[in-house]
Amino acid sequence: MTEAARRAADRAARESYGRLLAFLAARTRDVAGAEDALAEAFASALTSWPEQGVPANPDAWLLTVARRRQTDAYRRAGTSKSGEMHLTLMREELDDLAMTPEAIPDRRLALMFACAHPDIDAPLRSPLILQTILGLTAADIGAAFLIPAATMGQRLVRAKSRIAELGIAFEIPDTTDLPDRLDAVLEAIYAAYAKGWNDLVGEAGGQLAEEAIWLGRLVVALLPTSPEAKGMLALMLYSHARRAARRSPSGAYVPLDEQNTALWDMEAIDAAETLLRAASSAGPTGRCQLEAAIQSAHIVRRLTDADNWPVVVKLYDILHAMTLSPVVLLNRAAALAETEGPAAALASIAPLAEDKRMADYQPYWAVRGRLLAETGNREAAHEALTLAMGLSTDPAIRDWLEARRAELLAG
Amino acid sequence: MRFLLMLYAEEKAGAAIPPEQMARAMEGMYAYQQALEKAGAFISTSALGMTQDARTLRMDGGEVKNIDGAFINQGGTLKVEEGPYAEAREQFGGLFVIECEDMDAAVKWAARCPAAQWGPIEIRPIMNTISANEAPWCAEGGSVTEE
Repeated sequence: MTEAARRAADRAARESYGRLLAFLAARTRDVAGAEDALAEAFASALTSWPEQGVPANPDAWLLTVARRRQTDAYRRAGTSKSGEMHLTLMREELDDLAMTPEAIPDRRLALMFACAHPDIDAPLRSPLILQTILGLTAADIGAAFLIPAATMGQRLVRAKSRIAELGIAFEIPDTTDLPDRLDAVLEAIYAAYAKGWNDLVGEAGGQLAEEAIWLGRLVVALLPTSPEAKGMLALMLYSHARRAARRSPSGAYVPLDEQNTALWDMEAIDAAETLLRAASSAGPTGRCQLEAAIQSAHIVRRLTDADNWPVVVKLYDILHAMTLSPVVLLNRAAALAETEGPAAALASIAPLAEDKRMADYQPYWAVRGRLLAETGNREAAHEALTLAMGLSTDPAIRDWLEARRAELLAG
Repeated sequence: MRFLLMLYAEEKAGAAIPPEQMARAMEGMYAYQQALEKAGAFISTSALGMTQDARTLRMDGGEVKNIDGAFINQGGTLKVEEGPYAEAREQFGGLFVIECEDMDAAVKWAARCPAAQWGPIEIRPIMNTISANEAPWCAEGGSVTEE
């Protein structure tokens, strides 16, 4: 019985946490208060379910307990503002008596929009979504973002009180604002994925990437008409499909064009292709769809030996016109080297040399080093590759760059 | 802001690294220093001698205690102990002084340091520096230059 109760609680925690929290927070715009109420509800479930049995609808049970806690908290606070809130909550309570437990509205999307609101610091949007929708702890999130647990905890607390102070609405923006606001949500989810993919090679990184994909699926499910949401999920699935191939058995870094495609996850690739097709037929082409299309082209090239570099360059052209991002310009240069040669590619990133942000941007020096080496400028290539090594956090990448540098001296 | 990165590593494990691998590690450290310099974040670096050649002085109730050995990191606490060490312990082996925007940026730089693969790196804000080679520096006002 105890074991079954614990399992039920775990299941409810994993599957319903975000749904319950979103519903509770949407009533009050008080994310921290909703978290406390929900935590108390889970705690009382752990004591009461083993004795009284698991309720028929655990979610509805948790929600009822949590709402009672929320109402109590406002009653205790006792200010006039909270008095108003208390009345609202009481009224809702009465309304809810008519609501069937199956009909708990899913407000997770609205909660994600609140977390990725323009008034919330951009670097905190991703951690906020990870915490509110997935229930990840500040310690787990901090570990992924290289921030100590206590510091991450404080920042999340401040961000939540900002949501409350500014009265940020828990709603899905209307059609005019939707594309921009959705971009912020997708960007935050992708940031979690990229953290897991680039910075953390081990178990923890894989887990964070999986969580981000789970969030991506959630957004697609909650916003089935959005091509960009599908594009972003496809983008994550394309890179995730290659995860097993990007390290050799001895742990060495393997670049895309040398990966053993037999190690690729074809199921994930198929899923990504389906999403991308659905996205492109559904409407305007946004940033995520373009980036997914580029990943698709890379995969097709490796699987069929087709020389599709001109298509990749063209996709980067559109993406660059849309974003004017130095990162896009840099990736475009790598593709341009294949169609027009390293000198043209090098010339295309000349404007980046003036960009201060590039000084400690590792991919810039890695790409620049490669292009300089291909043009035969050994000395400058050596310097750029050295800087790329020095900026790497991953020893496998550092070793790979050093091997390229050694080739330079030998060649 | 300026930060001190204190690099800890297990001396015994370090001494056992084959020369070829050690040369590569040093290349990595050199590349790291170059990257710091390029980004305008480099102030100075030092590699320290072995703790077996260190002495630690402590005044104990008016009595001078002069101990062979240095502070070592044992399960997160520092204590002086004479080597050789039976268990795996990390010793303070080198340092970087860097200049960057804030603690988050300093942690990012520490993560790039090849030494992060060998042992912990303690990151401490520096309040001020008086040096024989440069103008005094202070966290409140930066470099103090004479008019």
